[in-house]
This record gives sequence, structure tokens and C-alpha cells, in this order.
Amino acid sequence: MEAEIKIKVRNIQFYYGKIQALKDINMDIFKNQVTAVIGPSGCGKSTLIRMFNRMNDLVPNTTHAGNILFDNQDINDLKIDVVEIRRSIGMVFQKPNPFPKSIFENISYGLEVNGIKDRSKKEEIVVQSLKKAALWDEVKDRLNESALGLSGGQQQRICIARCLAVSPEVLLFDEPCASLDPISTQKIEELILELKKEYTIVIVTHNMQQAARVSDYTAFLYLGKLIEFGETEKIFTVPKNKMTEEYLTGRFG
Amino acid sequence: MDKKIKEKLGFLLLFACILTTIFFLGIIIYFIFVRGIGALSWEFITQVPREAMTAGGIAPAIVGTFYLTLGAMVFSIPLGLACAIYLSEYSPQGFIVNIIRISINNLAGVPSVVFGLFGLAIFVKFFGFGVSILSGSLTLGIMVLPSIISAAQEALMAVPQSYREASLALGATLWETIRKVVLPSALPGILTGVILSIGRVAGETAPILFTAATFYTRGYPDSVFSEVMALPYHIYALMTEGVHPEEQTRIAYGCALILLILVLSMSTLAIILRQRQRSRSYYGS
Repeated sequence: MEAEIKIKVRNIQFYYGKIQALKDINMDIFKNQVTAVIGPSGCGKSTLIRMFNRMNDLVPNTTHAGNILFDNQDINDLKIDVVEIRRSIGMVFQKPNPFPKSIFENISYGLEVNGIKDRSKKEEIVVQSLKKAALWDEVKDRLNESALGLSGGQQQRICIARCLAVSPEVLLFDEPCASLDPISTQKIEELILELKKEYTIVIVTHNMQQAARVSDYTAFLYLGKLIEFGETEKIFTVPKNKMTEEYLTGRFG
Repeated sequence: MDKKIKEKLGFLLLFACILTTIFFLGIIIYFIFVRGIGALSWEFITQVPREAMTAGGIAPAIVGTFYLTLGAMVFSIPLGLACAIYLSEYSPQGFIVNIIRISINNLAGVPSVVFGLFGLAIFVKFFGFGVSILSGSLTLGIMVLPSIISAAQEALMAVPQSYREASLALGATLWETIRKVVLPSALPGILTGVILSIGRVAGETAPILFTAATFYTRGYPDSVFSEVMALPYHIYALMTEGVHPEEQTRIAYGCALILLILVLSMSTLAIILRQRQRSRSYYGS
């Protein structure tokens, strides 16, 4: 039995000015699975997942065509509240970007903007989120200290906890380990495997081993085109496309 | 010539330029201090002038400058901040916004005496506020608006885009993002700009020449429609009017010293704030 589809990508084209960054992308993101998007720099990986939570709205001079259906609703529909979409589809960015606030305030921020004012309720969710992000033991005694004082790996887990606090359904990871050391990377990868029980996860990475380790499905993008999409195991062992094989074996990239 | 000698000469030249600059600053401060210190006393800063400006104090001028500065800030800070937020956070980047930016920068280059004439025509005459604290404050406020806008804009643009993205990605609206993330991060920078503007407003003479200032009042202003004495104008008046030049010159230097102390302490405060902001952004608060 095939898993339930959480996000459907249909005929997506994306332009920065006149330059086409995504060319007719079609793929499905399955519920409670980890989907990795791989490909060389500049192939459109980040552009693609930034479409899922409409982050590209912030980039001036861009246009797109095609549909992205989240639970069968077009996220670019004028009737859709973009704020609600972004709450349901959380994002962890390439560089850890905690707010220059305390650890507690970082996690509770999303709760406040989503209308949760009750102090004890907030505390409960903050603790829960930090535990889920495997950070609680490291920070429980310093919740009122600045999040900027933490290590890079810890900061990235703060960002993950911050997302979890607003109870999203999908988590987008945009090269979450790009600026982290191997040990922090390993922790984030373990966390992703743990989180997929509850969330649907999409991870952009240029690290092929990482894709192989954490993902169930892999999409290989090259120059804005989706070259191959399928189960990670198959893509990495018996790729259908010659280009995928060459990229995975390190012949270009 | 040997490369190393050239390099030494280069450094020496730069160092000499710095020394010259500091020398002039130092000499101004020294000169004002030496000439002005004699006039200073408790009476000087707390009493009204007596005997045709030759005795008593300059308290009404200090109070007047305080009111004018306060009024200008009350008017220009909210307006300037709102403009800066709109320009840096809301407006689509493009041709029209560029025109607006250029206009604001041009406004900053308008001579202050032109602002004075404008204030006379618009606030004093057209709106009928008369020569008053209100007219003077509004004129000073408009004069300082461009520098407040650009300082605030710079501070806002220095806030990393990643903070905005993080906030929006959590389901915050743009307004929530600005209010809770962007503004708090930009605040020290905005404050620095504001304080420097305060220093400038306090020291300006031309904009209040026709709109607010008067040579002599018996007491303190009782409403925003009162005309006032102000430190910079008082110095000007003491040096150009009256019949006791020697006494008046002594008092003028006293006024100058007070004004210098006020303005320099404002700048120092701004520098301290900026320093604190820098250290915070490197090491966390």
C-alpha cells in the first residue's frame, strides 16, 4: 500500500526575473516519510522547497506557474491564508537563525504570534518542544539566557524546536547541516529520523550520504529539472537515469 | 625611493591629517571652555536674565532649547520611524521608492535657513501659530526628519533577513515580524540616530530665527504658543545686539559652553549605545 500524499507538486515552473529556475516539476511528498532533494549547487533545490511554504513570496521579481497542493488545497490560491500555510509547514534554514532573544522566548515566539498567551500553557509547550528536539537536557538550566550563546548545532536544534512548538504537519529542512560539524550533523540526522514518526519531512541537501542515511524518497534535480524521483533505496542502487548515476557516483556535481 | 620609506611617509601623512582634525576640535573645546567657564555659576543656569542681559542667568534659554528639542522630537521620531519602516519593510522596491529615497536625501541637503523661511511662511503665517514653541518645533522637526529616516532605515536594513524569514515561516504576519523581531533588533541603531539628531536640533539657530526665538522673555513659556529664548539664538543675539558688549560677550561664551556640554554629552551617549549594540551582536545579550 502506498503512503498518503501530503504535498503534490504539479507542473511547477519558477522564474527569477527572466531566468527559469524550475522547469516543469512534478512529484509527490508522502506523509510521515522523509523526502530528500539532492543535486548540485544552483539546481533549484532550495527554490523548490521554499515554494512549499511560500517563502519565495519575499523574493522580489519572481513568478511561477503550476500548482502545489497541500492536503489537496492549492497553497497559492487567493483564498488561502499564507500565515496558516506557514504555520502548518515549518522551515529550518541553512544557517541557524535563532532570534536574538532568550532560549525560552525563541520557542514561545511562534506560540505568541499564533494566539497562545497563557503562561503555563506556553511553558508546557516550550519544554515539550525542546524535549522533542533533543535539546532539553542541554538547556534546561539556562532557558533565560540568549540563544545566540549556544553552539551552532544547538542553535539549529533551537530552530527545530521553534518550528515544532507551533505544531506543524510538514517540516522543511533547507540544508540544515551545511554549517555544522559532523557530530552536530549526526545529532540532527538522528532527530530527523525520530521526527518522521509524527511529521512529514522534506530535506534539501548536497550531501548524498546524508540523503541516503535519512530519506525514504529522493528527488534528483539538475539545472531546474527533476531528473529522477523515487524510493531512496532504488535511486541509490539502481538509478534509472544515467545522469543520476553519474551524479551519485561523483562523476559530476 | 625605497618602498618602506614610501609606506612610512604615507602613514605619517595620514597621521598628520588626524592630528590636525583633533587639534581643531581640541582648540574649539579649549577656547570655549576658557572663555565660558568664568560665566558659569549656579545662578547662571537657574536664574532669568537681569539688567538688560548683563547679569542674572540664562535659565529661560536652557528651558526654551529643551522645549524646542522635545517638541521637534515628539513630531519627528514617530513620523520618521513610520517612513523608515514603510520604506524598508513594506514598499515594493523599484522606481518610485528610489525617487522617494532620493527626495529624502535631497531634503537633508536643504540649508537650515531655508527651513526657517519655510517655517515662517507655513507655520507662523499660514497656520497662524505665530512665533512660538509650536512653530519652531515643527520647523526643527521637518529639518531633522531626513536624518532620522535614514538612520532608522540603515538600522532596519542591518537586521539580518534570516530573522524576518524565521518569523514569517512560523506563521507570524509581516506586522508581527516587524514589531516583535525587526524593531527590537534595530532599536539601538535607531536610538543612536535619534540622539545625534537631538544634538543637531539643540544647536541649530537658523530654523528658529523667524519661527520661535526671541531675545528676551521675562519668565518661562506658559504654552506651546509662547515665544521662547533658546541657547543658540541667545548667543547670536548677545553678540549682535545690546549696549554692553563686554558683559554680553562673557555671557555668550557661557551660553556656548552650556550648549557645547549638552550637545557633546548627547553624542557621547550615542557612541556608548552604539558600542553596546556592537558588543551585543557579537557575543549575545
